[in-house]
Amino acid sequence: MAEKLKVNPTRMELKRLKERLKTAARGHKLLKDKSDEMIRQFVGYARENKKLREEVEGDLANALTVFLLAKSVSDEAAIQEAVAMPGTKVSLDLTTKNVMSVQVPGIEIKEGDVSEKYPYSFASVTSELDSSIATISELLVKLVKLAEVEKTCNMLAVEIEKNRRRVNALEYVMIPQTEEAIKDISMKLDENERSNTVRLMKVKTIIQ
Amino acid sequence: MHSGKIAVIGDKDLILAFKAVGMEVFSADTAEEAEKLVRKLAKDYAIIFITEDLAEQIDAVLAKYKAKAYPAIIPIPSSKGSTGYGAQGIKRDVERAIGTDILFNKEEK
Repeated sequence: MAEKLKVNPTRMELKRLKERLKTAARGHKLLKDKSDEMIRQFVGYARENKKLREEVEGDLANALTVFLLAKSVSDEAAIQEAVAMPGTKVSLDLTTKNVMSVQVPGIEIKEGDVSEKYPYSFASVTSELDSSIATISELLVKLVKLAEVEKTCNMLAVEIEKNRRRVNALEYVMIPQTEEAIKDISMKLDENERSNTVRLMKVKTIIQ
Repeated sequence: MHSGKIAVIGDKDLILAFKAVGMEVFSADTAEEAEKLVRKLAKDYAIIFITEDLAEQIDAVLAKYKAKAYPAIIPIPSSKGSTGYGAQGIKRDVERAIGTDILFNKEEK
């Protein structure tokens, strides 16, 4: 049971509490609606996140296996040298999107000049390296998308949890407490009124 | 502020592959190294990919960066294959938000 609010049993206090209850009830409804909508959006993002992650994990595992294979067939130093100076440079366009007043990242790959996809001479390395690098650079778009979606999911989850706490605090603490206090005050005021009437009646009989 | 750069943290075998496509790579073999790198890189990289086995060990550190939009720290499978840590992360999010896991249960049935 929620702890009782300590208030003075006055009319002014009663009025203030009634106002407060009205605000709390409205806030509770709003927050609950917000929570519903956030969850709806979150489920969409979570589904996408799961799908993307499965795809990326599968593809990446393949690409890396091929890369390891490439590494094992050619000289370690040759590979090191081959990838030491990458021909492309990934750069991103960073924005923030607003999903239910949560600032989530919007990440996009900036189209850079892809001067040289394979930054080495084909003579020095095997074709396995070529194919693994090709897969990884194709994967890049997906990886970035995954980063964006996964981060959005993370942030929405945190926000939904926070919001739920607020809704619960209002629903189970704030609103019942205020209602209780209002009841207390109105009972006390009624009681005062009755005792006043009785007193008046008594005084009346004495003077008669 | 964050520049539009991608960092990859992982073991030496893995990072060479990413270097070739133009990401910036940092090698880390132990959890301590990875933790130091994350702290350093979080200031100016927008996306940090980190291998699952390392991410698993420094879970507590990564949790701190969850609330902000950048950087996005994303676990990726290492060359040894996926440990399921990344999928677990989604599961955790869903449970946190909804209270029960509605995405993963469905497929097990």
